[in-house]
Amino acid sequence: MTVSELASAGGFRAIALSDPSREVAGCYVGDLLSWVMGRAQAGNAWITIMSNVNVAAVASLADVACVIFAEGVQPDEQALAAAQMRGVNLIAADMPEYEAAVALSGLI
Amino acid sequence: MAESLRFHYDVDGGNFTSAGQASVQVKNNLSQLGLDPAVIRRVSIAMYEGEINMVIHADGGSADIIVDDSCVTIILADKGPGIADVEQAMQDGFSTAPDNIRSLGFGAGMGLPNMKRYTDFMQIDSVVGEGTTITMKVNF
Repeated sequence: MTVSELASAGGFRAIALSDPSREVAGCYVGDLLSWVMGRAQAGNAWITIMSNVNVAAVASLADVACVIFAEGVQPDEQALAAAQMRGVNLIAADMPEYEAAVALSGLI
Repeated sequence: MAESLRFHYDVDGGNFTSAGQASVQVKNNLSQLGLDPAVIRRVSIAMYEGEINMVIHADGGSADIIVDDSCVTIILADKGPGIADVEQAMQDGFSTAPDNIRSLGFGAGMGLPNMKRYTDFMQIDSVVGEGTTITMKVNF
């Protein structure tokens, strides 16, 4: 499934898709940035409630397919600008992290 | 590559908005050289962790990247407080980061362990009161 298809699925919506055709392979859930960099795999969808500018750098360097902000969290302006500059896909979900992961699991 | 390529970056201290700029630049430079994305990812993460450490603990520093035929070498140097107990600092979960850093999602005590995890060689030279130099190598 591509990031674009995921963003159109029930419960998810696009915030900014710089690379919509990126394939989603697996998922990682986490809010501690170094933990994410240590454990997430390239191509994962990364589900988090962290929304500051450093999320964009971590997503880019860890090469995840997209960031999914759970719990209705919105990225701040700096984070949004940094993500777009670095080609990072951002998706929103109102669900808690667990439910977002379960929903994602049924899709990929 | 007949000769090695070198890149030099200055890392600003105390600036979390721009933290990671050097790492992102290195990622772009290595991509242009056509390196394996998996190698680029390892170099980028190791360097970013080091960059963040220099911003948190040492008021910035410098980063030098050397690319040769079979290896990327990362040298991070700062004039910060130094690391009193390197063995303790290398343990998963050990952190001296202040609360404001933790609220940003850092300070989990995974920075140095991640740098070791993603590199084939890592050496820490640190003198308390003088600074720290970390040398890492990623083979390809």
